[in-house]
Amino acid sequence: MFEYLVKRVATLLPTLLFVSVLIFGLQQLLPGDPAKILAGEDQDPQVVAYLRARLHLDEPLPIRYARWVGGVLQGDLGESVRSQQPVTGLILQKLPVTVELALLAMAIALAIGIPSGIVSAVGRGTAWDWAANAFALWGISTPNFWLGILMILLFSVQLGWLPASGYVSPFEDLGANLAAMIMPAFVLGNAIAAVLMRHTRSAMLQVMSADYVRTARAKGLGERTVVLKHALRNALTPIITLGALELGTLLSGAVLTEQVFTIPGFGKLVVDAVFNRDYAVVQGVVLVTASAYMLLNLLADLAYFAVNPRLRR
Amino acid sequence: MAAVLPLPVAPRSEAGPWRRAWRRLKRRRGALVGLAVVLLFIAMALLAPWLGLQDPVATSWSAIRKAPSAGHWFGTDEIGRDVLSRVVWGTRASLLAGLVSVSISLLLGVPIGLAAGFLGGFADALISRITDAFLACPFLILAIALAAFLGPSLSNAMIAIGVSATPIFVRLARAQVLNVKVEDYIEAARAVGNPPLRIALRHVLPNITPPVIIQATLAIASAVIAEASLSFLGLGQQPPAPSWGSMLNTAKNYVDSAPWMAIWPGVSIFLLVLSFNLLGDGLRDALDPRQR
Repeated sequence: MFEYLVKRVATLLPTLLFVSVLIFGLQQLLPGDPAKILAGEDQDPQVVAYLRARLHLDEPLPIRYARWVGGVLQGDLGESVRSQQPVTGLILQKLPVTVELALLAMAIALAIGIPSGIVSAVGRGTAWDWAANAFALWGISTPNFWLGILMILLFSVQLGWLPASGYVSPFEDLGANLAAMIMPAFVLGNAIAAVLMRHTRSAMLQVMSADYVRTARAKGLGERTVVLKHALRNALTPIITLGALELGTLLSGAVLTEQVFTIPGFGKLVVDAVFNRDYAVVQGVVLVTASAYMLLNLLADLAYFAVNPRLRR
Repeated sequence: MAAVLPLPVAPRSEAGPWRRAWRRLKRRRGALVGLAVVLLFIAMALLAPWLGLQDPVATSWSAIRKAPSAGHWFGTDEIGRDVLSRVVWGTRASLLAGLVSVSISLLLGVPIGLAAGFLGGFADALISRITDAFLACPFLILAIALAAFLGPSLSNAMIAIGVSATPIFVRLARAQVLNVKVEDYIEAARAVGNPPLRIALRHVLPNITPPVIIQATLAIASAVIAEASLSFLGLGQQPPAPSWGSMLNTAKNYVDSAPWMAIWPGVSIFLLVLSFNLLGDGLRDALDPRQR
């Protein structure tokens, strides 16, 4: 286990290195002089000179990259041109909101995706299977920002049950927080539920024909025990690994969902940064997202070990 | 049931692989419906100027946010433009984005993956690590960042989406090459003295094509959603040119007073994406019988 962990982390390092080159390289895509672009429309020569010095634009590329990475390793992601605040602080301030949204969305996705996958595999070819598959196709084909608008139309405008926007911190008022978060969390969870359902279905179909399931049935165990204890536990391994890949969808989806429901999280931060041409913030957000995504995948791999004792040897 | 071809010599017992795939595809109702809807959208995009629609960018201050009526079947938007006409014309941006960005991914990803799988060694390790780095950035976030740095426009959005989706094709092509490389016919091709490039292009490439086509079809579905997402964020097609994503972005502000503005662009994205997904699933069954 330890040996595996070391090996797994060792392969992460070169990937992280390339990720940092990729994100640093984004700056090179800016057409023209970055200092002039960053200085905004009036391009005040003083501001341009200040930015050029601050970004070390006169130095060769490899040195600028080394400076940038050096800063990143010390938690310095640069400064927002717009608010003059450190990017790290901005991200840390917005991150909890998105984490809450992501956790709620994942809970909804698990609650819908895994049971519907099981039902569809156990009742293969029945109306339940058909309905679950139709749901999955709907889930992967619906743009989540559109679903968000439709839900606002139904639950906020027509029925008046839920607020269309207006984020409240859970520490201030948990009820109001959940009322504001339930629609965005559902919108975000919906697409992931669809993918989880498909993975659960195919993993369950595979284990349901395994010998140990037949043995369990032959022992006279009830169908419920066979499905939930013998089949599902073995099917969980691929579901966890494949499900972890959906964390990327979760983070990407949060950008759009937060935009629709005006939630002041990570996604809103990056979109606002894009429009303010606040490139350091954009780079910071991509770097943090990519690192989080890699870390979560690593954790998923470890969970894979935890649920599958055969791999622990 | 094998079709007998009227060949004078050495009659083949079965039709070619593509014809067999088409026959299998024809049996999948979902795939056929998907194909029909995709073709319908293509026809709509191509024929938009001749459908007798109103000008998609013509504003009318006397017809602001009018509900659907005989004159405007889908209603009008916040500056009096005809929503039906904008939805039909918007098909162009979505289809173009889907096809162009996936072509970019294919043109970049397949040769790189082919090279990685075929060359092996250091080249493979380097390409694989770079691919991992791209895959570590969530698809849409990478596309947003690329589009932000390149500047907002439809063509930059297509480049951003295409580049962001490339690593999927690199990985797929590489994995397929590794499978095919050890086959006897490749060994045979090498034994008779074919140069490596010829083996890669004439013997390996055709054999990795089916999974690439399946992935490409499904990637078009993701690219259509991605373009709509970027346009929704203001990073795709720029106003006043119509695109479904930017229409929804405006519609979001008028949900309470003009809900029709939000319905049709969304329905169109949903139908087009659903159709490419159905077609992709059908192609998977038709071209790759092992995965059934």
